[in-house]
Amino acid sequence: MKFLTVSPSPHVHGAASVKSLMYDVVIALLPALGISIYFFGVGALVVTSIAIASCVLFEYLIQKILLREEPSVSDGSAVVTGILLAFNVPANLPIWIIILGALVSIGVGKMTFGGLGNNPFNPALVGRVFLLISFPVQMTSWPVPKGFGTSYTDATTGATPLGIIKEGLLAGKELPELMSEVPGYLDLFVGYMKGSAGELSAMALLLGFGYMLYRKVITWHIPISIFLSVIVFSGIMWVVNPDQYLSPLFHLLTGGIMLGAIYMATDYVTSPMTTKGKWIYGIGIGILTIIIRIWGAYPEGISFAILIMNAFVPLINSYLKPRRFGKEASNG
Amino acid sequence: MSVLKTFVKGGIHPPDHKLSAGKPIQNLPLPKQITVLVSQHIGAPPKLLVKRGDQVKTGQLLAESGGFVSANTHSPATGKVAKIDSAMDSSGYRKPAILIDTEETDEWEEGILTDTVLDKNIQLNGGDIIQKIMEKGLVGLGGATFPSHVKLSVPKGKTAEYLVINGVECEPYLTADHALMMEKSDEIMVGIQILMKGVGVESAIIGIENNKQDAIEKLTRLAPAYKGISIQPLKTKYPQGGEKQLIKAILNREVPPGGLPIDVGAVVFNVGTVYASYEAVQKNKPLIERIVTVTGKSVKEPANFRVRIGTPSTAVLDAAGGLPEDTGKIISGGPMMGRAIPGTEIPITKGSSGLLILRNEEAKREKIIACIRCTKCVQVCPMYLEPYLLQTLSEKDLTDRMEQERILDCVECGSCSYICPSNRPLLDYIRLGKSKVTKIIRSRKK
Repeated sequence: MKFLTVSPSPHVHGAASVKSLMYDVVIALLPALGISIYFFGVGALVVTSIAIASCVLFEYLIQKILLREEPSVSDGSAVVTGILLAFNVPANLPIWIIILGALVSIGVGKMTFGGLGNNPFNPALVGRVFLLISFPVQMTSWPVPKGFGTSYTDATTGATPLGIIKEGLLAGKELPELMSEVPGYLDLFVGYMKGSAGELSAMALLLGFGYMLYRKVITWHIPISIFLSVIVFSGIMWVVNPDQYLSPLFHLLTGGIMLGAIYMATDYVTSPMTTKGKWIYGIGIGILTIIIRIWGAYPEGISFAILIMNAFVPLINSYLKPRRFGKEASNG
Repeated sequence: MSVLKTFVKGGIHPPDHKLSAGKPIQNLPLPKQITVLVSQHIGAPPKLLVKRGDQVKTGQLLAESGGFVSANTHSPATGKVAKIDSAMDSSGYRKPAILIDTEETDEWEEGILTDTVLDKNIQLNGGDIIQKIMEKGLVGLGGATFPSHVKLSVPKGKTAEYLVINGVECEPYLTADHALMMEKSDEIMVGIQILMKGVGVESAIIGIENNKQDAIEKLTRLAPAYKGISIQPLKTKYPQGGEKQLIKAILNREVPPGGLPIDVGAVVFNVGTVYASYEAVQKNKPLIERIVTVTGKSVKEPANFRVRIGTPSTAVLDAAGGLPEDTGKIISGGPMMGRAIPGTEIPITKGSSGLLILRNEEAKREKIIACIRCTKCVQVCPMYLEPYLLQTLSEKDLTDRMEQERILDCVECGSCSYICPSNRPLLDYIRLGKSKVTKIIRSRKK
């Protein structure tokens, strides 16, 4: 008699695994990495590879030595965290600061809570915000994009478009004159500006968004709800007073909204489980980002907005349930 | 042709692997001995009428329905009752069974017509049709094996508007219904008219997925000749063959939790059952055979067989080229909802739609890792539940919470376990939770 496996249905499994999903995210991030290297040269490459290597290494060491469990770094989640951390810092950040950021991301942001699947906050953002608060000078000295001519230790640095606008407005200048100091919309779309390594190019990030939708890695709900709420909220302010408030398009194309909305807010572990929940979460992020940008101390607020909304996710999950099949149906 | 419909929310698209599609239905020779399970349906077990040594004819009543929700069991062959014993069924438990030593030629029970001439003239009235269908032991052949006469008897206070015919066959690999629709198209159309008369409705809609284009075309061509019958092509998506999803897809109505299709004015029958109704009413033939697909990537000749009930699985497998060396799992039914059977001796019953062979490497489950909260299970659940949550609640044995989160609405389609990138056994735990919650609800009523 042959030995037969007997197990409950279903007897087949889909092709997607955690690993395949994570590497799909990595592939989606490649165009942005390419643009970053194109504008910032070797610096972008150094920062990204150091961040990936240290995230993977820290996760491996923590699992192996501290937790004494089978390391699961091959699932690719640490690689994604590494890339996202690198994309959120200037491309000329000193190496030791990046390594410290990776330690906080993986060690504090992820492994203290029990590793993949259990962390309440986006690990890359935990690391990024830790660095921003601890090293405000290094974290806000962005290199001037000069292509491969940019050396890693380039001394020429400057503020981001959002930073220029914020300082200008605080100094009492009006928007129309400030607009001449920042790049035009086409440059902003392509990503030719100062800023964190991977957040610059809306074009490249949207390309990756398309790829992730095609591969069904994420659904469109969170990014689109963020974009819509940013457009509506900043649009109202802009219509009220275009001399004081930036246009919705400028908001969308600068800072970290593209990177944050498409790749950070959609982090599986730290975003809501239901479609209704995703809408609320996305709208919350969009509104908080604009509030911080307009009235906050920092020129950019998406990192904080995502972390704040991360904290609401358990609440969102327990209150916003899908309508169950057959309940209050229209039956028409 | 009308527009493709489907149910909008939830569902998955597994590769369909219809290896035996387009293969003609072959008659499987009768084995020397058959094992007829006394009870082959959902509901009360029937009462045994024969004993060891009795000579039985093909189509003779072996066990009589044991209540309203029950069904008759007939002899699938001519021969002598060798033994009243127990035999393992697809659940792995031993159940009462009648072993019959068969004779090569059928001696049919009186009144059964064995010709294959199409008879379009329906003489019986509605009530007699239901009576006949009950007499002939008809149950749902899609796999649920619910006694058909119960579904036909519309309860007081409810009205049926539509007869919905399930030609979806959304399970990957299976092609039994497809083959039947191609070969017995006219009989199916007459069968639908019989059931329409039985339920008392004016219109019937046949739902067929668009991976069976030939069946859609063939039945659409025939439809004008049969009053009240229309064909609804459906966009292929699993589990569209589930009656709740099928009604949602075709009529855009939702069966309420704990309710039946009749609550939204629909009565659903599988095409196999429709064909059996034709044979029961027009030819007086009891349900003693069915179409079984034998399939799998390692199977030499995937095929569709007409098999007498009681035939051991091994005889069916042999006809398709034998059991391959590297077989890891044999499934009675499809890969999504079928049951893995523990041995090849298990007999074909009224509910066996197919035998699927999975190779060793296909039979293995992948390593379970942590839930990454990707929400895929929530997205694919056709009942709009949250499988990840139900699993956790089931693991923690929180029965009240499971009930609140409507665990009993789960139709066990397995889409959640299929899609989970962490290979979590979501449905396993949900089933466990469902049985606990059901038990508690039952104890409350006492």
